[in-house]
Amino acid sequence: MSNKIVAWIDERFPLTAIIKHEMTEYPVPRNLSYWWNFGFLAMTVLVIQLVSGIFLAMHFKADAGMAFDSVEHIMRNVNYGWLIRYMHSTGASAFFIVIFIHMARTLYYGSYRAPRELMWWTGQVLLIMLMATAFMGYLLPWGQMSYWGAQVITNLFGATPFIGPEVVVWLRGDYSVGDPTISRFFSLHYLMPFLVVGMIVIHLVALHMVKSSNPSGINLAAKDNIPFHPYFTIKDIFSIGVFLIIFSALMFFTPNSFIEADNYIPANPLKTPAHIVPEWYFLPFYAILRAVPDLLGGVVAMVLSLLVFAAMPYLDRSSIPGGARYRPFYRALFYVFAVDVFILAYVGAKPPEGFLVPLGQLATFIYFGLFILLPFLSSKEEKWLIKRGLPPKVQELVDAEVAQRAQHKADRAAKRAARRKK
Amino acid sequence: MTDDVKDGPDNRGRRDFIESITSVVAAGGIAAAAWPFVQSMNPSLDVLSKSTTEVDLSPMVPGEAKTVSWQGKPVFILRRTDEQIEKMRGEGEGKVPQADDSRVLEPEWLVLIGLCTHLGCVPNRKEEGWFCPCHGSAYDNSGRILRGPAPRNLDLPPYQFVSKDKIIIGKKA
Repeated sequence: MSNKIVAWIDERFPLTAIIKHEMTEYPVPRNLSYWWNFGFLAMTVLVIQLVSGIFLAMHFKADAGMAFDSVEHIMRNVNYGWLIRYMHSTGASAFFIVIFIHMARTLYYGSYRAPRELMWWTGQVLLIMLMATAFMGYLLPWGQMSYWGAQVITNLFGATPFIGPEVVVWLRGDYSVGDPTISRFFSLHYLMPFLVVGMIVIHLVALHMVKSSNPSGINLAAKDNIPFHPYFTIKDIFSIGVFLIIFSALMFFTPNSFIEADNYIPANPLKTPAHIVPEWYFLPFYAILRAVPDLLGGVVAMVLSLLVFAAMPYLDRSSIPGGARYRPFYRALFYVFAVDVFILAYVGAKPPEGFLVPLGQLATFIYFGLFILLPFLSSKEEKWLIKRGLPPKVQELVDAEVAQRAQHKADRAAKRAARRKK
Repeated sequence: MTDDVKDGPDNRGRRDFIESITSVVAAGGIAAAAWPFVQSMNPSLDVLSKSTTEVDLSPMVPGEAKTVSWQGKPVFILRRTDEQIEKMRGEGEGKVPQADDSRVLEPEWLVLIGLCTHLGCVPNRKEEGWFCPCHGSAYDNSGRILRGPAPRNLDLPPYQFVSKDKIIIGKKA
């Protein structure tokens, strides 16, 4: 019976072919470590956020006069409203934890390099979309932190040359963050996840084209692969189990550790809280913003601190595979960068006083300095490693890549010459 | 030798068993996770707190009818005169005979849900009883259907007398 139904569908829609191509015969390197599970976990969190968000929207009122009370209504009156809201607020943090780990893995293992540049870039777009969604969602409870966070971030757009003040008013629909702002933020906060889903589809189509990277960094194409299903579906499901245990522990036992106490005070446009901090996942970027003693300069630095990742495939000049694994300099840079980001986060969380100001500036300097140094260091490192002698297998791969690059260059030169002849 | 097959990967029965208990646990987990979401769509506590209505009957004179709101629905209250009570005694002359005794707690007080059982319009008060303006169903002074398309007599809300002239609608007697 079910065979007949599948056959009927297959004549009209390539169901079996898709399952074969994307699941049961989709080749995945057998040596993936658990660091490769975080993409799937990110999708799990997205589903948690979509479901909990849709149910919250049934009870939430996007109105400056009612928003705060409607959130309290959800917490106190709605059946399991407390659970659904804490699921959503904890889910936001979980999303960023998972995505940051996903990104760190890509950086550590050099997965951003050719041919996976588009994966890396769509991932960057997803991160920025996620940040925008989280920022707009944070206004909705209409507490003091929500309000002043939105006030500060929308004011950043005042740095736009010539039309700054007009842009800020346009974004808010009011002279300060007000009722029109919360209505549009709610509308866009509901819209964004669906755009994110669309971008994830592009991300995955690109993945299934270029296939997963792996911890060895060596292209295992068709050599050492196993099918995605059942091996990696089982592995992903197992990681979901572990993830949900940690997530539930956070959600049930310390849900408010991700919510600033000041956000339980209704928004007051006439009084800023004594110490205002953004959500933890914005802290490093917030510290970079504050490190530059100029509004426009700070905004540019903050935007660059996000966009600079996109240049990684070009900044990294080394052809040694395996990312940090076979590259001691690069590995050192990775850990310096990681520590630097934690320092920035710490600086961003504290009031800008005393030694924290120069510390933030130093950390910002190191942040950008590492990206600027990378092209020199990576090509020096490549030469040094080759001179010192690579394992023969790795050397073979490097030679192949160098040859490929030279071939590519020669091809282009030939094409150019041919065009000139015409 | 048999032990090898029993414990080894070739024991299909064992694998099936593990597969099916895993599926059952997964289905249970999904159902448990769905439960709060389904429940969140049911009336919240503030709605439930509005689910009863108290009505003070003391200002009503015999023959007077009034409409109160209970759970967002109209409820008709009629203080019947002796003559009306007398006339309604028995099973009535309508399509759906029903003893008047079974439709009231006290013969003097008639309490009905004021929605026509046909398509939910609110019938208007007439001398004879109630008359629905939408499709012409007529009810007597016991709320029983006399004529028209309505299939049932007017429904009765749960209510009880808290004192001699005070009722609470929404709580069963």
